[in-house]
Amino acid sequence: MLVVDHLCKRYRDTVAVDDLSFEVRPHEIVGLLGPNGAGKTTTINMILGVLQPSAGNIRIEGFDVARQRRRALACTNFAAVYAPLPGNLTVEQNLRFFGLIYDVRDLSARIEVLLEQFNLRGFRDTKCGLLSSGEQTRVTLAKAVLNAPKLLLLDEPTASLDPATAQDVRALIRRIASEGEGGILWTSHNMYEVQEVCHRVLFLHHGKILLQGDPKTLPEQHGVATLDELFIRLAREPLAQTTEVAR
Amino acid sequence: MNPRRIGGIVLRQFYLMRGSPTRVLPMFAWVAIDIVLWGFITRWLNQVSHAGMDFVPTLLGAVLLWDFFTRVMQGVTTAFFEDLWSRNFLNIFATPLSISEYLSGLVLTSIVTSAIGLLLMLVLASTVFGLSFLSYGVLLLPFLLVLFLFGIALGVLASAIVLRFGPASEWLVWPMPALLSPFAGVFYPMSTLPAWMRAVGHLLPPSYVFEGMRTIVAGEPFAYVNLVVGLGLALTEIALACWCFARVYRYAVNSGLLARYSAESVT
Repeated sequence: MLVVDHLCKRYRDTVAVDDLSFEVRPHEIVGLLGPNGAGKTTTINMILGVLQPSAGNIRIEGFDVARQRRRALACTNFAAVYAPLPGNLTVEQNLRFFGLIYDVRDLSARIEVLLEQFNLRGFRDTKCGLLSSGEQTRVTLAKAVLNAPKLLLLDEPTASLDPATAQDVRALIRRIASEGEGGILWTSHNMYEVQEVCHRVLFLHHGKILLQGDPKTLPEQHGVATLDELFIRLAREPLAQTTEVAR
Repeated sequence: MNPRRIGGIVLRQFYLMRGSPTRVLPMFAWVAIDIVLWGFITRWLNQVSHAGMDFVPTLLGAVLLWDFFTRVMQGVTTAFFEDLWSRNFLNIFATPLSISEYLSGLVLTSIVTSAIGLLLMLVLASTVFGLSFLSYGVLLLPFLLVLFLFGIALGVLASAIVLRFGPASEWLVWPMPALLSPFAGVFYPMSTLPAWMRAVGHLLPPSYVFEGMRTIVAGEPFAYVNLVVGLGLALTEIALACWCFARVYRYAVNSGLLARYSAESVT
């Protein structure tokens, strides 16, 4: 599905992503965790082809993002809190616009399915800028699955949702992973959510993977009670932890 | 190129215009104001001038053609600005849409919006102020074509400038036609200009159109080679503008500017 191989991004003297390698397999939800500035969004931007890596390569469904960008991105989609859909178009107009851009077949039928699936029927003709942040997130997610992507990138998709809506969205995303053909790469700062949803997590710090594994068993393996505690420990003492992990 | 993707870009502009009188009104208002204003000026000049010259086909015709060029250019840039204003670059450029499909969508949008403006100007100038397009003959069509192509070239170049230098550089784009008009000899013969301005003007395809238009109105023989030069220049400048946009896009992807566009620069 997704193969990231020795990926690097440098900005002059700053290394944002440092020799990152990982995979996302079909039906798998992989959590990309790390403190602010760890390189999560930089990694996602490189996978989306809007940021050129300094080294390494990214393959989606076997297509190299650098050389076969269109084919790679045709089977990819994303939702991010910092990329809302145009607020001056209605929900249906946005879905139709992006559906054409992604060249979705039977677009009208697909839009109807998504309006139903994301509980957006009542907002069909409402401009996205007038929706609450939770409703906007649902529209962004609907757009993210328009083309039934093989790789779905979700950058803090539940950041602005109330607990009940966030739970619904998590259930929806789990269903997409299990029923669809694709894999999901998910970033979140909500460790409870990560534990509930992700099959595997990668802890990033200063652009490197410090630790990876099953979020349900990782805390115990590293002598802490919760994933939250492990996150805080890794964020504050990454080098000590790396040494400990290596032992 | 995938026509559905190009259609998506055009459809988005249609949605925006359909729901927004503030986007539709400028397509009519500014061209109508220009034609009315210059229509009365030419009428007055015809009354007070004893040169026996008809100012309607030279001045009003020049205003009409220049406004058409401006509308074409702004048709491209405004469609591009819609993505800028709605902070949609990440959503747009993280899709399989190619740069050529994106630019084609902007150009198609501009064809529609500028055609509406042109139609209004033609009706107003001919019915109210008696501008006869027969006086330009069949050459009106290649004149419009050259101006259209140059409008596209300038619109694409202006979009590249805004992509490179950030949202604040939008203010550089709006006065571009006004900046070029003295060099293009819109209202006066190129021979009026000093040599250095004439040299600049000869790089601008509209200068060949306006020189040609005045030649025809004066009843002098028209040199078709000038039209070919103007057309060749316009096509070359479109290719250069598209190359420039693609290069700026690659820079924006490489430097991280596209992903952090609101910061305006990555340094």
